[in-house]
Amino acid sequence: MANANQTKNAFAALADPTRREVFERLAQGPRSVGELASDLPVSRPAVSQHLKVLKDAGLVTDRPEGARRVYQIDPQGLGQIRAWLDRFWDSALEAFKAEAEKDDDDEEDEA
Amino acid sequence: MSQTITPAAIRKTLEVRATPAKAFQVFTAGIDRWWPKTHTIGKAPLKQAVIEPRAGGRWYGVDVEGGEDDWGEVLAWEPPGRLLLAWRINGEWACDPSVHTEVEVIFTDLGAGRCRVDFEHRDLANLGKGAETAAASMDNGWGSILDLYKTAAES
Repeated sequence: MANANQTKNAFAALADPTRREVFERLAQGPRSVGELASDLPVSRPAVSQHLKVLKDAGLVTDRPEGARRVYQIDPQGLGQIRAWLDRFWDSALEAFKAEAEKDDDDEEDEA
Repeated sequence: MSQTITPAAIRKTLEVRATPAKAFQVFTAGIDRWWPKTHTIGKAPLKQAVIEPRAGGRWYGVDVEGGEDDWGEVLAWEPPGRLLLAWRINGEWACDPSVHTEVEVIFTDLGAGRCRVDFEHRDLANLGKGAETAAASMDNGWGSILDLYKTAAES
């Protein structure tokens, strides 16, 4: 279940530019630590550290693939951001509906 | 760029006791009557919400000091049946051109003065890029906005 804290963690995790780059690389497809490190101007341990933060925030998941670990975006993580918007629209559309159903001064409902 | 992971679009369907024409009108020309004003964009509170009535038009907020903040643009303007907006709003309700998500609203006539509103907010994977500033506004604004909505909608 996404809650406000988890959502905040997801946003906070993406606040770091390098972490965002790691995240964006993973948005293009699963990658290993080595592949990410060779692709970015940061060391392998640094990439590992960023991946740990992203993982703790629920934004990425990892799985073993042979001798290495492969990381990929966790749809549930973006799902936290999605859940936040989802609640927003629920409320906004409720307010819209209430407004749309108000009687107009100069427009009669169908008899 | 290719996206291999795509969060599901947000979809809502509601029935409204109004004709499509009226619902479209309230959603667009009347957006200021239902869009929340309690959150702040930058320094000044929001005073007015505006959707310009044409494809290519702007969709923006006006703050109490008269400043305008773009939220995106009108991609399709097809009254009374369809509205398509680009949503480029990041977590601080500021326009971020690198954020491209779409909001589509379809109004279908159900007869007897009613219509169905099919709402979709899609391409949410693109929000990851603009999300870095959202945490602060979550703390300050959202809880109270949602409470106010409920109050207004249920009164």
